Amino acid sequence: MGAELKNHLHEQYYFKLRLGFAGLAVFCLFSALAFRFSYLQIKQYNHYQTLAENNRISLVPIIPNRGLIVDKNGVVLAHNFFAYTLEITPAKVYNLEETITEIGKLVEISSVDRKRFKKFREQSHNFESIPIRTHLNEVEAAKFAVNHYRFPGVEIKSRLFRHYPLGKLGSHMVGYIGRINDKDLVNLEASGDLSNYKGSDHIGKSGLEQYYEKHLHGITGFQQVEIDADGHAVRVLSSNPPIPGNNIVLSADSKLQEIAETAFGERRGAMVAINPKTGEVLSYVSQPTFDPNLFVDGIDSENWKALNESLDKPLINRPLRGVYPPGSTFKPFVAMAGLEAGKREPPYSIHDPGFFTLPGSSHRYRDWKPSGHGSVDMQKAITISCDTFFYGLAMELGIENLAAFVRHFGFGRKSDFDIKGEIEGLLPTPEWKKRRFKQPWYPGETVIVGIGQGYTLVTPLQLAQATAILANNGVAMRPHLVSQIQNTQSGKNQIVAPFIQDKIELNPNNIAIVKQGMMDVTLPGGTAASVGANAGYAIAAKTGTAQVIGIKQNEKYNEHGIDERHRDHALFIAYAPAEDPKIALAVIVENGGHGGSAAGPIARKVMDYYLLGKLPATEPVKENKKSNGNTAATVPEEELHD
Amino acid sequence: MISKLLQHLFKHIDAFLMACLFFAMLISLFVLYSASGQSIERVYSQAINMLVALSVMWVVANISPQKLERVALLLYVVGVLLLIAVALFGSISHGARRWLNIGFTQIQPSELMRIAMPMMLAWYFSTREGKPNAVNFIIAGMLLMAPVALIMKQPDLGTALLIASSGFYVLFLAGLSWKFLVGALVSLMALMPAFWSMLHDYQRKRIEILFDPTQDPLGAGYHTIQAIIAIGSGGASGKGWLNGTQTQLDFLPERTTDFIFAVFSEEFGFLGNMLLLGLFSVIIIRGLMIASQAQSTFSRLLAGSITLNFFSYAFVNMGMVSGILPVVGVPLPLISYGGTSMVTLCLGFGILMSIHTHKNLVAN
Repeated sequence: MGAELKNHLHEQYYFKLRLGFAGLAVFCLFSALAFRFSYLQIKQYNHYQTLAENNRISLVPIIPNRGLIVDKNGVVLAHNFFAYTLEITPAKVYNLEETITEIGKLVEISSVDRKRFKKFREQSHNFESIPIRTHLNEVEAAKFAVNHYRFPGVEIKSRLFRHYPLGKLGSHMVGYIGRINDKDLVNLEASGDLSNYKGSDHIGKSGLEQYYEKHLHGITGFQQVEIDADGHAVRVLSSNPPIPGNNIVLSADSKLQEIAETAFGERRGAMVAINPKTGEVLSYVSQPTFDPNLFVDGIDSENWKALNESLDKPLINRPLRGVYPPGSTFKPFVAMAGLEAGKREPPYSIHDPGFFTLPGSSHRYRDWKPSGHGSVDMQKAITISCDTFFYGLAMELGIENLAAFVRHFGFGRKSDFDIKGEIEGLLPTPEWKKRRFKQPWYPGETVIVGIGQGYTLVTPLQLAQATAILANNGVAMRPHLVSQIQNTQSGKNQIVAPFIQDKIELNPNNIAIVKQGMMDVTLPGGTAASVGANAGYAIAAKTGTAQVIGIKQNEKYNEHGIDERHRDHALFIAYAPAEDPKIALAVIVENGGHGGSAAGPIARKVMDYYLLGKLPATEPVKENKKSNGNTAATVPEEELHD
Repeated sequence: MISKLLQHLFKHIDAFLMACLFFAMLISLFVLYSASGQSIERVYSQAINMLVALSVMWVVANISPQKLERVALLLYVVGVLLLIAVALFGSISHGARRWLNIGFTQIQPSELMRIAMPMMLAWYFSTREGKPNAVNFIIAGMLLMAPVALIMKQPDLGTALLIASSGFYVLFLAGLSWKFLVGALVSLMALMPAFWSMLHDYQRKRIEILFDPTQDPLGAGYHTIQAIIAIGSGGASGKGWLNGTQTQLDFLPERTTDFIFAVFSEEFGFLGNMLLLGLFSVIIIRGLMIASQAQSTFSRLLAGSITLNFFSYAFVNMGMVSGILPVVGVPLPLISYGGTSMVTLCLGFGILMSIHTHKNLVAN
């Protein structure tokens, strides 16, 4: 009994010892926890406090209103409106196809919407929000909102949309905005503007929308918003309002634009009209045009295919990127080069037999008039567009001198225009040919440069600018479309000041000779007499025809015998009033035939409206053939050629 | 008369322990209100859980340890059979087979094992009165490992480890030799590298993330990182009740159940944590006192094991939420939302109270 009790007490003693040990372990481990808490909550408090703040406070960008684009009279060419859009974040959606089908039961989703969504999806990351439907009306938005809970990852957003109220009119000038793509992001990062585009979906992609992006976009505002883990805003803590983009005011007039574009009718081509004294571009036509509204939220593949694959190439910005041989419109500048080089000064004249030959060669460089023009001096050579005269002059000047001189008129180089993508054109030189073709320069190639053929290529903008420089007696003003930038916040207007790019030293007597020659072009006997008829102001002009396909020696060019797209391009340059030029322009009608008859009337309508406020009397002729047929019957032979 | 009745009704209830439990449950309800996004329904529901649990506690407290001792073996056998049934017919949810459908409701037999295991082992050692020998410990070890292996297979690693530890506490308190303990510890550590090399890369990765959540901040580590931010940003005195940003803005996962401590910690800060640790310590001290005063081997070992088991749960939960232990699905005792764990817990406290209040009767 005693031993048992002793044993019992012994057992209890050991048990208490073990309990005590366990208690010690509890104490140690709880102390470890307490130490851990003190580390997290006392020592590292600031660190975790910051992390918690970052967790809960999010900077939500507020997208600024994009600036408007208005013409010189305040007519709106690009503006914004609020509308609802339905957007899906693919990463948050379990079954994309099913979700879209389900949404389709609530709001209409067309196949175009689906295709566009698919295109965006291929281009963007999984966690980006992609529109499935845009421009929802109030009823549709409400319908979806009620069912929103069924569609996690699908959000209805109220967003600003860009709209171009005039649609196709002047679309190459205004351009369009589109969704920001990876390339845009790289550019934004390089220019340091990426943070300003937080929250922005769109960026200027072409035309003025692109060039003036910095002005139009505005400065993104920010809201400090308390958010929950799903990213939903709970309440606004502070707000930093956005600064809306600046409005840009064009020097162009939408009415003039309409007249010019209507004058082209269905024909392809380009026209640029410039105020020679300021460089302000008054009208900028590229035909055919397109509806920029198609591009704002991503163009669907059908429309894209139609535009991109059309033989008329409506997406090409012709004034800037279309290159054409200048043809005879090049002659006034060759003439200027000759006179300044001391060649062909009056009363020097040649006898034109109807062709030109190089010494020691039997090859005939034909004049457009096979019988020849007889005795021709500089002024008459311009007026009647005598090819033989300019063949010889170019030969005598030499290609290098000629190219170097006309380069001052803007040929073969960029004009620093305010739309991106300008092409330099081409002023061929022996050096260029060697580089390009690894071939020597032949004298015959110099001969044809004298009449604006051969390798020479110009853009309509260059041609208009060269005309403006000539009209402005050699003073080159930087061409630009935007005349003012309006700060919508301060109301201040920043005027785009005329900028002198270059001053060509020209002898006034020489200028007078060339100008007189050009004035006579629109008078009876000139190659565009009908263009100047009953104008009420003097027009200095030059017609031109550029070959699209080569014509063999002794072969006669028969306009009606060849395919419409292989016909010659019609060119026309002019400025008016001749004595005090207010407008200088260049018109190109692709495959239009003759400059005087196809391109001239367009120029006349533009000048009539700009100088006199006169609206065109008749509807433009829609068909090419008809136009040629009509004019052929009424105009003298001189005008059918140049 | 009424006071006499009340006295009789509550004569097996330990007033001190009861006060501690009440205090903890009060904290639970307040924290739950905040954690649930101020859902009073959730609070009511938890209050009902508590009432049920306290009723169970009252019933168990009125059962003498001797009676408990007699059902220990039965409970254990039933528990093991149920675990086998789970392995064979259990329903799968979240990739684990833990629940057994018994017609009108679903039960989780591993919860039963939390009580049955220490009871069984305590009973086993009480039948080997005097100094247990090595063979006794080996048999006890086998009794311990059988249900643990079944639970591990479900798989429910956290519960398996905690049940294993509840059994281990009995072994330890029964006098498992230090030599064996140290030897086992050393050999376990020696086997670690071999075990590690046997694992697949993805398994290693998973274990690495368990210990270092920052390796996978948006995946498995997300919970722990957000919980640590919640605790750390609570600071010395907390952000205040209902003002925890991590909690109220949904950054905390599982915040009414396993991660409720992060909610408490964020809103009541370091001081709150110390208070809770203090409260838990007091409960543990009270439990160890009851164990040390217990009169039979069975009640001694059982009381000690239940108390230390309560500690295990508290420590593992707070440790995992504060990022010093890997995340295993263990609720914070008395605080986390959930009926089953509350009932099991109070059942344990009922046993403690029974042991404490029945000892004089035994002496008589």
